Amino acid sequence: MDTEIKENELDIADLVNEAIEKHGATRDAVVPILSEINRTLGYIPASALPEIRRHIHVPQEGVFLADSHIYSAASFYHLFSLKPLGRHIIRFCESAPCHVMGGREVIQAIQDELSLNPGETSNDMKWSLITTSCVGICGVGPVFLVDDDVYGNVTSERVPEILARYQ
Amino acid sequence: MKVIRSMVLVSVDQASLERGAEKVFHAFIEEIEEFGLSDQIAVSTIRDVGVHEDVPLVIVYPDAAVYAPVRVEDVHTIVEEHLFKGNIVPNLLAMMRGLVPEIAWMRDRRGALPVQKRIVLERAGIVDPGSIEDYILYDGFQALGKALTQMTPTEVITEVDKSGLQGRGGAGFPTGRKWSFVASTPGDIKYVICNADESEPGTFKDRLIVEGDPFSIIEAMTIVGYAVGAHDGYIYIRGEYPLAYRRIGHAIQQAEQYGLLGNNIFGSDFGFHIHPHAGAGAYICGEETALIESLEGKRGMPRARPPYPTTYGLFGKPTVVNNVETLANVPAIIRNGAVWYREVGSPKSTGTKVYTILGNVNFTGVIEVPMGITLREVIDIYGKGMKNGKKLKLVQTGGSSGTIAPASLQDTSMDFDSFRNAGVSLGSGALLVCDEDTCVVDLAKVILRFFRNECCGKCTPCRIGTLRLYEVMTQISEGKASISDLDLMLKISEAMSEVSNCGLGQTASTALRDILKYFREEIEAHIADRICPVGVCPIAVDAPELLPVL
Repeated sequence: MDTEIKENELDIADLVNEAIEKHGATRDAVVPILSEINRTLGYIPASALPEIRRHIHVPQEGVFLADSHIYSAASFYHLFSLKPLGRHIIRFCESAPCHVMGGREVIQAIQDELSLNPGETSNDMKWSLITTSCVGICGVGPVFLVDDDVYGNVTSERVPEILARYQ
Repeated sequence: MKVIRSMVLVSVDQASLERGAEKVFHAFIEEIEEFGLSDQIAVSTIRDVGVHEDVPLVIVYPDAAVYAPVRVEDVHTIVEEHLFKGNIVPNLLAMMRGLVPEIAWMRDRRGALPVQKRIVLERAGIVDPGSIEDYILYDGFQALGKALTQMTPTEVITEVDKSGLQGRGGAGFPTGRKWSFVASTPGDIKYVICNADESEPGTFKDRLIVEGDPFSIIEAMTIVGYAVGAHDGYIYIRGEYPLAYRRIGHAIQQAEQYGLLGNNIFGSDFGFHIHPHAGAGAYICGEETALIESLEGKRGMPRARPPYPTTYGLFGKPTVVNNVETLANVPAIIRNGAVWYREVGSPKSTGTKVYTILGNVNFTGVIEVPMGITLREVIDIYGKGMKNGKKLKLVQTGGSSGTIAPASLQDTSMDFDSFRNAGVSLGSGALLVCDEDTCVVDLAKVILRFFRNECCGKCTPCRIGTLRLYEVMTQISEGKASISDLDLMLKISEAMSEVSNCGLGQTASTALRDILKYFREEIEAHIADRICPVGVCPIAVDAPELLPVL
């Protein structure tokens, strides 16, 4: 799915409304609301931030919130992205356990296969390669995720075969 | 793969050596070879057996039988009777009164290994995590019923206090005492938070508990609510654990349908509600005040303390924050009593501990064992030995913020006190086993990179310190550093642990300091000789100044 088309199709305001209906319009719902949007679109568009704030900022009730408050939360958490990512996101665990179990060779194999450095998105918007901290599946390290699929006990030889499964 | 089913340890302290320990050691290897058991039985040495008259001492696992004094002539009998036929040889066993406490205690639990002792993970993998009936069938909600109908809130706290339960999140703070702080703070509104933001690299015990036995956490949180006078609880589950989040949500629904959550639980006038909350990816949110900030919808940055959450927590109200594993112990303690719980583990650190075994061992995974077993036992019995028969170099205990234990510390008993005395932290229970092919510079670089990425940026020593340490370590790995950089790193590390605002900055350089303490020579080789002894680091070998003049 092309993120741009999707953004046009779905009005951001509608999306925010939906999320607020589900999680409430209170300050402590900010992170769940952002999660919801990030999950649906793959990233959090800038236009969503003032939209969220509009619902939660209620001076009459003593709740004061600026756009920057929403932005500060949106820019803090690793699972959120403020710019569109590729259709498939590879999250590679770069923490010590996976590293010790051979992660170094695997990330190199992924980089070679896709000609991408960590943090980059391919020009055709197919792949984003992100390194992440421990994802808690260390028993089968090295580990990486492609979208929601988990791959454990990976070797560099298996990398091309795994990536070929994605269109 | 070599599957070690048994292990023989021969004491090699000075006194033992004088009385022929070396000959005994070799006799064991020969006899085991003779019986064709070499593939199943490992022979190793143990240095620290305390002052002991009857040496050499021989410990045989998994039975933890202690033989002493062992003469070369006895070896044949022990191998034939015990290792080959499986019968302990009573007349060769050590006299109990002659043993130092640690060894005596090891012998005491003879037969207890390698069977795990499960309290926390008792039901995980046995019950259907989606079925409250299953949970109830396995003693579920008995503890809550007992607490609500037969005990006062103070009695609940006293029972947990007497059990000696210590927080399993890493710090080891007495749980009962934490509860009593919140209970004694005046106020109508109080909160209970279950910290399931388990982000310490190499730790996934909490995920297994929440995914495998979600109802136990709900029951435990309700008990805490009753004990401290709270009516609302939050479970903060890290964003990377979607399955755990779904299971908890489902469990809460079912408990509400059964009247085990909500108003008037068990017909009492006590009511309790639990709200699940998913994080969005931030290691720092495992720190309790950062978690609270995050719950309030802000950046997860730790607060200055005091005030502690027990007086000023979520939305400014008194709040108990407990780790998942800590909570999972609570129903069993209430159900069976403090006395029962104290029988498990070592006297000062009671109960069990869930460890994750990772790295270069044959078998990785999670175990729950009584407090106080040793690293060697974990590696050989549960990890089934080192992978590819390599030598153990070091173990990082407690995740990335934890300490580095060199191979020489592998016979230290793993409980809060003994570890603290040896300068090792138990932390989150992650045990990252590294073999001789691990370069300490490379390992330190990975650990420091983690902290550079996860530092929240609130306080300067941590923000600048984590970045600078990573930069210097990278330079060392590239052969571009000087020896004085090591002192610089120590200085930064010291400043960080003294003045950082929270645990992240205070412990970010723990591993680095230990590596400098135990493996300084290896680091210096990178700098002075520009070689990586293990051959991992990208030191440019074709640098002009290194080319020999032909």
